[in-house]
Amino acid sequence: MAVYISEGRGGELIAKITGEIDHHSARWLRSDIDTAISDKSPEKLVLDFSGVSFMDSSGVGLVMGRYKNMAGRGGTVRLVNMPDYIQKVMELAGMDRLLNGKE
Amino acid sequence: MNKKALNEMKLSFPSLSENERFARAAVGAFMSQKNPRVDELNDVKTAVSEAVTNCIVHAYRDSVGLIEITARLTSEGIYIKIRDRGCGIEDVKRAMEPLFTTLPDEERSGLGFSVMESLCDSVSVKSLPGSGTAVILTKRLRTKL
Repeated sequence: MAVYISEGRGGELIAKITGEIDHHSARWLRSDIDTAISDKSPEKLVLDFSGVSFMDSSGVGLVMGRYKNMAGRGGTVRLVNMPDYIQKVMELAGMDRLLNGKE
Repeated sequence: MNKKALNEMKLSFPSLSENERFARAAVGAFMSQKNPRVDELNDVKTAVSEAVTNCIVHAYRDSVGLIEITARLTSEGIYIKIRDRGCGIEDVKRAMEPLFTTLPDEERSGLGFSVMESLCDSVSVKSLPGSGTAVILTKRLRTKL
């Protein structure tokens, strides 16, 4: 499990997550992403799930937390490259509205 | 071994968060004997991860205790019991409501049981406050063509 942070166009911060997201790994991912948000103060956060091989509802909590963090700063969150089996869990929480630019 | 079981396994491990991955991987490896489809394998691993996380986060919140998993492969599919001897659940019906969580500050989504119900064919929860909780999951499996 790791998260790779980069900066995109238009004030975007891109966090590419790799590996498995569960309760154990979510705390480290949360810390790394929030540190990058504090350092870079982005207008938009993009969470890239292309490298995620497993996710349970801890991933939903991770997204909800980052959404609150960014909303508190007047920013937005977008989820990209989400495999179908992970999208299934996101849809249960209604988080799929953040998918592919529907901020 | 249970009479209806084609194969059975039992597993016990301490309620350390490092073991969430181990638990779902072990059940997934056991289940793979039946050549499940990839989506069935993902569904079961996710449901097991939710149940084991509940044991770690809620049942043994301020302690470390044993989590026991019994899994059986039958001619129809898989039966999995996840058992703890932790604090138990006062109100099971309420705990199973979508988005209900006692730990919103820890970014728990309150979707654990909803995910289990969505991905399995049946979810049964038996709990006694002070004694522990047993979650039983069943899922029919279609043999891979």
